[in-house]
Amino acid sequence: MLAIQFFGVFWMVQAHWSISMASVKLITGWMACAVLGIARLNTGTVGDLDTIWPQGRLFHIFTSAMVFSVTFALSLHVVGWLGLSLPVAWGSLLLIGLGLLHLGITSDSFQVVIGLLTVFAGFEVVYASVETSALVTALLAVVNLGLALAGAYILLGAQEKI
Amino acid sequence: MSAPLLWIFFPLFLSGLLILVKNQKFVVLVACLFTLFLTVAAWLLPIDIAIKIGGWTIKLAPSIEILGRYLTITSADRSFLALVYGSAFFWFIPTFSLQIGQRLISLGLAITSMLVAAIAVEPFLYAALIIEMAVLISIPMLTIPQQKPSKGVIRYLIFQTLAVPFILFSGWLLAGIEANPGDLALVRQAATLLGLGFAFLLAVFPFYSWIPMLAEKGHPYIVGFLLWMLPTATLFFGLGFLDRYAWMRDTPSLTVILTTVGALMVVTGGLLSAFQQHLGRIMGYAIIMETGFSFLALSLGSQTGLETFLLLLVPRTLSLGLWALSLSILMKQAPDLSFKAVQGMGRSWPFSAGGLILANLSLAGMPLLAGFPAHQAVWEILARSSLPLAFCALIGSLGLFFSAVRVLAALANAPEGTPWNSRETPVQKILVMIGLIGLILLGLFPQWAFSLWTKLPPIFEHLP
Repeated sequence: MLAIQFFGVFWMVQAHWSISMASVKLITGWMACAVLGIARLNTGTVGDLDTIWPQGRLFHIFTSAMVFSVTFALSLHVVGWLGLSLPVAWGSLLLIGLGLLHLGITSDSFQVVIGLLTVFAGFEVVYASVETSALVTALLAVVNLGLALAGAYILLGAQEKI
Repeated sequence: MSAPLLWIFFPLFLSGLLILVKNQKFVVLVACLFTLFLTVAAWLLPIDIAIKIGGWTIKLAPSIEILGRYLTITSADRSFLALVYGSAFFWFIPTFSLQIGQRLISLGLAITSMLVAAIAVEPFLYAALIIEMAVLISIPMLTIPQQKPSKGVIRYLIFQTLAVPFILFSGWLLAGIEANPGDLALVRQAATLLGLGFAFLLAVFPFYSWIPMLAEKGHPYIVGFLLWMLPTATLFFGLGFLDRYAWMRDTPSLTVILTTVGALMVVTGGLLSAFQQHLGRIMGYAIIMETGFSFLALSLGSQTGLETFLLLLVPRTLSLGLWALSLSILMKQAPDLSFKAVQGMGRSWPFSAGGLILANLSLAGMPLLAGFPAHQAVWEILARSSLPLAFCALIGSLGLFFSAVRVLAALANAPEGTPWNSRETPVQKILVMIGLIGLILLGLFPQWAFSLWTKLPPIFEHLP
C-alpha cells in the first residue's frame, strides 16, 4: 500500500515539477518501502497490538470518513491559497490527515513510521508547489530514507528480544 | 580551506570512521582531541581573514556551495561553534569510564556537526530538515539493541518529525511577508505555523510528555547529551528568526507568548519534578524547566534578556553533565533509577550522590552554585516587571529544590549501621570532583562563563 501511495505522490508532484525531479520522490519512497518491507519480513510479526484508541472497523470507517470530509473542506481553501488543482490539494491533505489519524491511534513503532511517512508524503506534495530547490528535494529524500531506516532499526531491535 | 569543511564535514567524516573502530579508548581519545581542536580553532581562528602561522598563510573561506545553496559560517558564529564543540568535548570525556564511548561518540559527533550545519545552511529555514536528520541519527543511540524501544523514543521521533512541515511551510509564508509586509493575515498564518513548529521542536508545554519518558527509560548520559544539544541548537535557530525578521522581534505579542510559555514550563516542570519517584524523570523535568527559563530570559527583551539567556547556557551544560554522569554511575549498580532501587546508595556511592544532589540544586538556582547567577538575574528582572511571573519562576525552582531534598532523603536512607565507603572508580571520582569544583567556581565567578560571549564577535546582528 505504501508503494502505491508513493506512486500517487509522484503523480501529484509531477504536476508542478519535471518528471526527473518528481521521480526522486518515487524512488526514495520505494526505497523506504523496500527497507521497511525487508525489516518486516525478517521479523515476521504483525507488530505488537499496543493501541491507544478503539480498534473496531466501525471506528476506523467513522474517523476516516471524518478525515475525508474535513480535508475536502480544507482543500477548497488551499486551492485558492496555493494555486493547486483540487485533486492535488485534496490528495495531499488527505495523506496528512490519514497519517495523523494513524499516528493518533497506534503506538506500534512500525505503524508510527508508516504514519510519519504518510504525513510527510502529504506535506511534500503541497510543498512541491511552492519550493523547487534541489537541496530541499535531496534533504527531504534523506529524511524519508532516514525515517524508514530508523523504523527498520527499531523493528529489528525489538524483534531480537522475542 | 573553508569553515564549513572544518566544522561540519571533517567531524561528520570522522564520526563515520569512528563507527568502524572497536577500540573504545582510541575512539574517546580521538574524539576528545578533535573536538578540543575544533573548540580552540573556533576561539582563535578568524574566518574570511588571512592569518600567518610561521611561513604559512591560512584563510578560512566562509561558504561552501551544495546543490545551489550555501553552508555559511562567519566570524559571528564562532562563539556558537566554541560552545557546541567545547560542550561536546566535555560530554565525551566521561564516556570512557561509563563504557558508552562507542555508542555515544560516533553518533554524537555526527549530531553535533549536523546541528552546526543547521545553523550554517542558507536559506536558514532548511535547518529544520537538518535538525530532523540529527534526530534520526540519534534513534540508534536511544534504543538499546535487542530491546523494544520505549514509548518516549517513539514520541520523540513523532514530535520532532512533525515540526519539520510546520517550519518549512512557515518559511515559504515568511518569504511572502518580505514581499508584502502589510499583509496581516499572512503574518498571522506564518507566526502560527512557526510557533507550532518550534513548540514541537523545543518540546514546549504541552508537547513535552516525551522528555520524562525518554529520561526514565534511556541511558541518562545519552539522554542528557541529546537534551542539551538539540534544544540549544534549536534555540539558536529560533533566535536566528528574530534576528532576521524585524516585524517578528518588534511584535508585542512575542513577549506575551514567550513569557506565558516560559512560565508554564517552569511551573509545571518544577512542580511535577517534586512528585516524581524516578531520578531520570526528575532530570527530564529539570530540562523542561531550563527551556522554560530560556524563554523567560528571552521574554525580558533588550540586551539584558539576551545576555541572561547566554549566561544560562554554560552553567546548564556543567550541571546537566554532572547530573547525567552521576546518574549513569548509579545506574550501573541499581536495577533502575527509581527511589526504591537507589535507596541508601549514598553511603556506597557518595561522590555520585553528591554530584547528583549538587547538580540538581544548581539547576534549582541554589546560591553559590553555577546555576544561581543566571537564575537570580531572571527572577530579579522578572520581579521588576511582574511579581506574579517572578513568583511562578520561583515556585518552579522551589519544586526542583524540593525534588533534590527528596533525592537526598532516598539516597541517605540506608539501614542503620551501613558503613560509608566509596565504590566509584578513581576516574569516576576525579570526573565527579571536577564537575563539583566547576559548579562552585562558576557560582563564585559567573563572569568566566560569560567570557565566551564577550571575547568573540557577537553572534546576532540585529538582536540587542
